[in-house]
Amino acid sequence: MALGRDIASFLEQTGLIGRFTGRFFSAGLKPRYEFREFLAQCYIIGYESLPLVGLTGFIMGLVLTMQLRPSLIEYGVQSQLPVMVGIAIVREIGPVITALIFAGKIASSIGAELGSMKVTEQIDAMEVSGTNPFKYLVATRVLACTLMLPVLTLLGDAISLTGAYIGVNIRSVTSFRLFFDQVFASLNFGDVLPALIKTFFFGFAVGVIGCYKGYFSNKGTRGVGNSANSAVVLASVVIFIIDLLAVQLTDILGLN
Amino acid sequence: METTEPVIVVEHLYKSFGANKVLQDFNLTVHANENVVVLGKSGSGKSVLIKCIIGLLKPERGRILVFDKNIPDLSEEELDAVRVRIGFLFQGNALYDSMTVRENLEFPLRRHRLRQTQAEVDRLVMEALENVSLPHTVDMMPSELSGGMLKRVALARTMILQPDIILYDEPTTGLDPVTAREIDRLIVQLQHKYHTASIIITHDMHCVKNTADHVALLLDGQVYTEGTYSDLESSSDPQVKQFFE
Repeated sequence: MALGRDIASFLEQTGLIGRFTGRFFSAGLKPRYEFREFLAQCYIIGYESLPLVGLTGFIMGLVLTMQLRPSLIEYGVQSQLPVMVGIAIVREIGPVITALIFAGKIASSIGAELGSMKVTEQIDAMEVSGTNPFKYLVATRVLACTLMLPVLTLLGDAISLTGAYIGVNIRSVTSFRLFFDQVFASLNFGDVLPALIKTFFFGFAVGVIGCYKGYFSNKGTRGVGNSANSAVVLASVVIFIIDLLAVQLTDILGLN
Repeated sequence: METTEPVIVVEHLYKSFGANKVLQDFNLTVHANENVVVLGKSGSGKSVLIKCIIGLLKPERGRILVFDKNIPDLSEEELDAVRVRIGFLFQGNALYDSMTVRENLEFPLRRHRLRQTQAEVDRLVMEALENVSLPHTVDMMPSELSGGMLKRVALARTMILQPDIILYDEPTTGLDPVTAREIDRLIVQLQHKYHTASIIITHDMHCVKNTADHVALLLDGQVYTEGTYSDLESSSDPQVKQFFE
């Protein structure tokens, strides 16, 4: 009985998020465009997330290199360390970890912000002042998330590879140029492009879910907390689902 | 009071939430330059009524004519055009808490008066704040203001586009008696200055006495009786008398 209710609730949520996404395409992308708010959100969502993404990316690259080194030494292929770290970061770990960090910071922030605006009638106030809150609040944030996450991922990958370079140099000496020559020589079109494309979908999912949870927040301040929390959880799960689908798709298309 | 053209006509309005029938065959007319108070108990549907008028809620049946346009039939764009002529003061003020007082007041101006210079925007913002005696709060955040100040800033924002109609949702609820009477005076002053028509939702009898040109008593989803404050005050009907005791 409880399982049936859970399944029904899951299907209902999926349908509502689908409808919300449809509304984004049907109404959110039509004029009037909210450029000022969009740029403000790009700054908040993109620029202000950079220190966190950079720090976690740097540590991730450093730690990954230090963890991989003993295994590669065991098999006598430690010279391949830059290649392995480069492929791992650019293809999978960079996009996914950046997206998860991004979801934790941005989905919760959007969920809480819009949720708070909802319960204090600020969204209604916007609507009665003749401003479409969906365009102003939702479309701008979803677009900013969609466009900023790929940028953050590229920067995060670069910082992560720098961390990996330092990790390599802790126990041996490799020049900066040699390290990055090896990394880039091992990467091809099929490694970079699919990894970058999926980050647009990750960003879109984070934006839609954060906005959906906040926009339909209820039950007062407790509801705001629930919105922020459930936005992060759902966005993180959806990131893994999109990643799974993306890997399957690139495999089918022969881009692996 | 001289008779003027009606600006709001509500006819046979029905609105329910599930089994809870809130408005049932509700009728009301508001004329230009008239303050109409809708009086009723908590949960009687007063706020639902003005949310239907502004188009935040859609009624099941009935007509809501605002400037001869039926609100439930309007498209989003048409509704936005009508809303620019209506101010709405929320019970909880609904100031944008991430913006300063100046930005709160500039927001509607920037949305609807695109060709205004910064100097003109600044002048209108300061005029609106001077109307509510709070020009010194212009660069403060809403979190730095007291309850009464928040209400007055919200009123300034409501007035900044100089609407023809203002809908007040419980304007004095949660305020101390002194501040509440200040809000009453402001409502009347602004009506006289800008010649607005208003619907004031309240159960505060002092507010009713101070602001109402006309009072409609909402009971069981309908207008039970209406008249001037004096008419209702002198009524012997127990349903009416309970509000004056």
